[in-house]
Amino acid sequence: MSRKLTMLQAIREAMDQKLTDDPRVMLLGEDIGVNGGVFRATEGLIEKYGAERVVDTPLAESGIVGTAIGLALNGMIPVVEIQFLAFIYPGFEQVVSHAARMRYRTRGQFSVPMVIRTPYGAGIRGPELHSESVETFFAHTPGLKVVVPATPYDAKGLLISAIEDPDPVVFLEPTKIYRAFSEEVPEEMYRVPIGKARVVQEGSDLSIFAWGAMLRVAMKAAADIEREKGWSCEVIDLRTLYPLDRDCIIGSVKKTGRALIVHEAHKTAGMAAEIIALINDEALLYLKAPIRRITGFDVPVPQFSLEDDYLPTEARVKLGITETILF
Amino acid sequence: MTKLYQVLTPEGELAEDISGRITPDLMIDMYKKMVLVRTFDRKCIILQRQGRLGTYAPFEGQEAAQVGSAMALRAGDWMFPTYRDHAAAIVHGHSLVRVFLYWMGHSDASVCPEDKRILPQCVPIATQMLHAMGAAWASKLKGEQTVSIAYLGDGATSEGDFHEALNFAGVFRAPVLFFCQNNGYAISVPFSRQSASRTIAQRAAAYDIHGVRVDGNDVFAVWLTVQDAVQRARVGGGPALIEAVTFRYGAHTTADDPKKYRDQEVLAQEWRRRDPVDRLRRFLEKQGLWNDEQEAAWQRQVGETIESALAEAEAFPKPQPADMFAHVYAEMPWHIREQQQELQRVLNEGGMQA
Ligand SMILES: Cc1ncc(C[n+]2csc(CCOP(=O)(O)OP(=O)(O)O)c2C)c(N)n1
Repeated sequence: MSRKLTMLQAIREAMDQKLTDDPRVMLLGEDIGVNGGVFRATEGLIEKYGAERVVDTPLAESGIVGTAIGLALNGMIPVVEIQFLAFIYPGFEQVVSHAARMRYRTRGQFSVPMVIRTPYGAGIRGPELHSESVETFFAHTPGLKVVVPATPYDAKGLLISAIEDPDPVVFLEPTKIYRAFSEEVPEEMYRVPIGKARVVQEGSDLSIFAWGAMLRVAMKAAADIEREKGWSCEVIDLRTLYPLDRDCIIGSVKKTGRALIVHEAHKTAGMAAEIIALINDEALLYLKAPIRRITGFDVPVPQFSLEDDYLPTEARVKLGITETILF
Repeated sequence: MTKLYQVLTPEGELAEDISGRITPDLMIDMYKKMVLVRTFDRKCIILQRQGRLGTYAPFEGQEAAQVGSAMALRAGDWMFPTYRDHAAAIVHGHSLVRVFLYWMGHSDASVCPEDKRILPQCVPIATQMLHAMGAAWASKLKGEQTVSIAYLGDGATSEGDFHEALNFAGVFRAPVLFFCQNNGYAISVPFSRQSASRTIAQRAAAYDIHGVRVDGNDVFAVWLTVQDAVQRARVGGGPALIEAVTFRYGAHTTADDPKKYRDQEVLAQEWRRRDPVDRLRRFLEKQGLWNDEQEAAWQRQVGETIESALAEAEAFPKPQPADMFAHVYAEMPWHIREQQQELQRVLNEGGMQA
């Protein structure tokens, strides 16, 4: 059985089912209990599972992440909600110095199976620091996995996989598409594997790599280009940013000979740079054009009156496609 | 320390003699400012509903805390507000226009008047407390008689930065004031669930700094407390943690619904009885310092001031895409200049003539 769910509903269902399925699972965060989370991702769960498993914590990200590490060390599976990605900074120390390194430092003796969920990204006219896209910080940190769903189906399957994963997973939820659309989502528990990209649309002239809210921008640009110029783009949703699905990326570039990466994070040292390096290493001689990237700019995400100009637009993506194919 | 200091009762009576300490002119000024900021706050909510502002953080109910504390400062003192302290910022010299611009999502909103030291509204919780501490430390090192004040909420007292700031302040005896508006809730979480300490003021003891708990809806008590703390800080008496016990009637922000987590009507009604603005008006009227005529005239003037600030904010030059590239660094590096040009090119070409 399946029915149409938004990404937010799919995420809630994944947590709900894992809470039922495994008594070790618990949720921690600011305003996630009685209030159901500022985006309502945890709505109704405190009523169902009680305040010991759906915990309204004090306002302290270092406290939340740090105690989640201890909970995980001692047999629980904490799923942490950070209200907005930028508010993880006070807890950053705990994420990178401890969650990410515990297995390594103890040579596998202790591990930290936990999930850090957080809304991220621009496009909802939020106040300052509510729109950041700094996935690189986490994808730069050995020991973490970084997952970004782009559809309700993937959100549920990936979150279940993340909760079952033996390592800490940073689960980035694109705010802009939380409620933007619904799609068929199976009622039963299912898994979408971490580390595997998805070919959303096959094509022969150019490979476009995107994730999160940018996938839809890439899809629209690809459809327009196909209609206007007849070029066919292969569109790939990376889904996991760390570790990258190397085989999928390289296989596609070998087929099309061209690549374009679209992300809303700042350009410098963004994920695109890493993907370009990977293609360079593995498929240089297949390339017919330099790889281009369409990204957010190297400026702090501006106040919302300019956020649409900060974000990669369909127009910029189309320009990137055109320049790459006509190179 | 855990006692609640109150001077002006909800009935508009004095609980202690303050003659010689607060002049009638000052009292009237306090009242006028509270009316101005309350009207401004209500206007912002209406504008948000009309889509003319983005998400807005209201403060109605906290006027005495913000106005009273800010009025105890001198022009050169440093202010580090949060996203809810527009009233304090306005009293300390920020313009209504810039506050409007901030909630319109404008990039130029956080620029304060040249002769003022008001930092941008701090969005991450508790982080500004350390900046205030550092600025105060510099005042001490430079031998200046200025103080720094950091505003915070009750939720902020859970963050590590709160404790680090208090600890630094205690160790370095800097002229810094931490002014906490304990409005009972950090979004949905009541203070009882935020902390097991009964009061915030008592935390001062752990760092051996001056701590006071004051009725945050009593502008006289707030003003006298902050005034006293400022004066001792100026002459080397060290830092203070002030807990102003208050309540915000409305939602956490315009994106929030308080009915989900508190008995909104009952609570708001209860607190209305202790309202800071009504309380002072009752007192002033009893003293013959204020009457209906003055009220009507002031209301009119406040309305005009706000309308003209709004008109100015809405006529403010629209932010241009190029603006987002400015001021990232003192001197624009090559890559940012190129990105600016790239965007301009795309926009000029109407996006897509390639
Ligand atoms: C580091 C950080 N974590 C979370 C948030 C999200 N957030 C914004 S305001 C708020 C509650 C703050 O409560 P309090 O300090 O009591 O101040 P109040 O809003 O009640 O004035 C939260 C959790 C944030 N802005 N920064």
